[in-house]
Amino acid sequence: MNELIRAIESDSLREQTSFRAGDIVKVYERITEGAKKRTQIFEGLVLKTSSSGTKAMVTVRKRSSGIGVEKTFPLHAPWIEKIDVVKKGRVRQSRPYYLRRLA
Amino acid sequence: MRLALLGRKIGMTQLFEDDNKAVAVTVVEVEPSVVVQIKREEKDGYNALQIGYHKIDKKRVSQPLQGHFKRAGVEPRRHLFEVRLDEVDKYTVGDEINVGIFQEKERIDISGNSRGLGFQGVMKRWNFAGGPASHGAHFHRKPGAVGMCVLPGRVIKGKKMPGHAGAKRVTMKRLQVIKVDKERNLIVVKGSTPGTLNSLLQLRKSHD
Repeated sequence: MNELIRAIESDSLREQTSFRAGDIVKVYERITEGAKKRTQIFEGLVLKTSSSGTKAMVTVRKRSSGIGVEKTFPLHAPWIEKIDVVKKGRVRQSRPYYLRRLA
Repeated sequence: MRLALLGRKIGMTQLFEDDNKAVAVTVVEVEPSVVVQIKREEKDGYNALQIGYHKIDKKRVSQPLQGHFKRAGVEPRRHLFEVRLDEVDKYTVGDEINVGIFQEKERIDISGNSRGLGFQGVMKRWNFAGGPASHGAHFHRKPGAVGMCVLPGRVIKGKKMPGHAGAKRVTMKRLQVIKVDKERNLIVVKGSTPGTLNSLLQLRKSHD
């Protein structure tokens, strides 16, 4: 990527704990409903990370009342409060889609 | 009437706006330009600034132009362009004009040469609808009928037909300035701009 673009992006990047596919993470998402603000936690398995810089995204999968749910977050969005690693995973793939069939 | 600067398209990326929306933005590098000549009504018939952009070696400039730059007392530039301006008295020859003339949230117009697309059919070049792709149709991407009958017995001039598309001057109007970085001489605008990476762009303030 062009270094000038990286320079422009660097002002908008936020400190983030490092994690990779296969880890179990907690994503703290700030949600505004009308005037009320609260933080919603989405805990699950990292299925996929994509792109870099301000465009970085992460897809997290969890089971919600027996149904698999996947949610994709923009990592550097202002409404992402923080991301915690609950458990380090060990997968060989960078995108372990086979886990969908297992869990 | 509006001060303009030249710049170079660096590329596009994505930033987050204050209201948490992700927006696609274009980064343009605007090197500081310099006033090379001031044209005045009395002498030249109109008021304008002649501005030079992008420093180059003296050897790359023709001798008559070398003299022009020498008289202004500035280093040779690759591009010279004129901006019609009423208040030329505010400037003197040799003044530097940088990206600081633009403010965040302001609207600007950006002109440049669009990407050349080569020889294209009417659907890409003129946004014709074309025909159905399936259901036994034999009419897919053709232009269709181009004229009438014996009267007028010819195809009207200017009829939209296939041909060379792109590679012409395009102006994007009222692009919003997201960010101005005076240290790095960068300006970030919302949306896209004409041209390929590294292409030359002209930036000027929009009419209110």
